[in-house]
Amino acid sequence: MPDALRLNPAVSRDAICFVETTSGQSLHDCYQCGKCAAGCPLARATDLSPQQIIRALQLGQADVALDSRGLWLCVGCQTCVTRCPCEIDLPRVMDALRVWAMANGRRSAQREVPIFHRVFLKTVELLGRAYEVGVVGGFNTLSGHLLGSADLGWPMFVRGKLKPIPRHIRGRAQVAAIFERAEAMRASEITAARKAEGAAR
Amino acid sequence: MTAYAYYPGCSLHGTGIEYAKSTNAVCRVLGIELKELEDWNCCGASSAHTVNPWLGHGLVARNLKLAAATGLKDVVLPCTACYARFKETTHALGDPAVAARIEEVAGGNVPRDLAIEPLLKIVVEPARMEHLQASVVRPLKGLKVAPYYGCLLTRPPDVTHFDDPEDPQTLDQLMRVLGAEVVAWPGKTACCGSNLALTRTDIALDLSHQLLAWAEAAGADAIVTACPMCHSNLDTRQGQMRRSGRGDHQMAVYYFTELMGVALGLGLSELGIPKHLTDAVAPLTRVPAEARS
Repeated sequence: MPDALRLNPAVSRDAICFVETTSGQSLHDCYQCGKCAAGCPLARATDLSPQQIIRALQLGQADVALDSRGLWLCVGCQTCVTRCPCEIDLPRVMDALRVWAMANGRRSAQREVPIFHRVFLKTVELLGRAYEVGVVGGFNTLSGHLLGSADLGWPMFVRGKLKPIPRHIRGRAQVAAIFERAEAMRASEITAARKAEGAAR
Repeated sequence: MTAYAYYPGCSLHGTGIEYAKSTNAVCRVLGIELKELEDWNCCGASSAHTVNPWLGHGLVARNLKLAAATGLKDVVLPCTACYARFKETTHALGDPAVAARIEEVAGGNVPRDLAIEPLLKIVVEPARMEHLQASVVRPLKGLKVAPYYGCLLTRPPDVTHFDDPEDPQTLDQLMRVLGAEVVAWPGKTACCGSNLALTRTDIALDLSHQLLAWAEAAGADAIVTACPMCHSNLDTRQGQMRRSGRGDHQMAVYYFTELMGVALGLGLSELGIPKHLTDAVAPLTRVPAEARS
C-alpha cells in the first residue's frame, strides 16, 4: 500500500475516461463513506480497499488503482454496489479498470488472475464451452503453480466430475466470431479513450 | 406440464453433475419440462465480462437467440453464475444504445422479451410449493440446514430483482416445506471466494472455511446452496482446509434440488448425492425413511 496518495493530478486521464465511459459510473458521486470497504469480503487480503481505489480515480491517479492487488482480488460479489448510498456500481468500475489493464498489457499485481481469465476464455473460444481439465492444466503451466488443485483431480474424475477429453459445440465458429467482433469493439473503445485524452490536452 | 427453455451451463455437465441429475429428477416429479437449448455455448462467467464486456454480452446473446428458437418465453438457469450473466445482458438490452452494440457483437437481432429465472424461483412459485408440500413423502425431520445464497442469486438487486439481498428467505422457506430445520447463521449472503479457488487458493480456503465454521457454530448438519461455484469451494475443498490446518470440517453441502429429491422419496444415486467429495450420504441416514405419519 502506498504511504500517501499523490495530490498532483496524474499526467494522463485516458484510463479514467475509459473507466467512466465503459462503466457508465460517475466517480465523483462517491463521498467516501466507506461502506464498500466495510463489507468487502477481501478486506483482510487486499492492499487497497474499493473505497481507496475509487479515491485514487477521483484524484486522477489511475496508476495507483491499476497497480493495486485489490483490483485483481475483487471477484465481483456485488456487496459494495448493493450497499452504496450513492448507487455507484463499483464492480463495473473494477471490470472497466481490468479491461483497460489487460488491453494495455499492464503488469498485474496478482498475475495469476489475468492468466486464469485468458486460459479460461481460450477454451471457450476454441470449444464453445469451458473445459475444466484444460483450464487447470493451462493455468498451472502458465502460472508456474504446477501442482495446483492436482490433489482434487483423481477424486473428481472417478466421480464423473471431470471430462478428460475436450468436446466442442457445433457452433464453435459462431462463438469464435463473437470473440473476434468483441475484440474489435474493445480495441476501438480503447483508441477512442486515448484520442479523447489527446484532444483534451 | 409447464415447459421452460433450459440453460444448464458448463458446470452442470462437469463439476456440478449432481446438480444436473437432481434438477432433472425433481423437475420430472413436479411436472416441469426443461427444454435444453440446442448447442448452447458457455456464457463466459466469471471471466468474459471482466476482460471485455462486449464478449460477455455476446456469449450470452447467442444463447438468448437459441432460447427464442425454442418458442418459449421463460429461460430457467440452475447455475447462479450463469444466471447473473444472463440477467446482466438482458438488463443491458433495456438501453437502446447498448442493445445496438450487443446486436453488433452478437451478429444480428437479440431477443428482448425473454424472462430469465433462476431454477430456485421456479420451484417456489405458490402453486408448485403446494404441489411440493403434498408430494413430500420423506420429510427431512431432524436435519438442520444452513441456507446459503452466496452472492449472485440476489445481487445486485437492481438487476436480479430476486429476494432480499441482505436477508433472503426463499431457500429458508423451501427447506421448511421439506421438513428440515433451518438454522440462523451469519453466512447466508457472504462470498465463498469464487474463482480465487484457482488463482489465490489460500484466500478462497479462508473464506469457505469461515462459512463452514459459522454453519457448524450455528448447529447445522449441512449447508444448502444453489450455486455450483459455491458448492465446489465448500464441498470439494474441505480436505485442503484440513491439511492446511484451517479447520477439520465434515459438513455436507447440498444443492437444494438434492434435498427436494430426498424429501420426494427419490433415490440418493438418482440424485447424484454419492458424488460429493465430502460425505453427503451419512447425514441423510438419520432422516427417517418411512412415510410421514
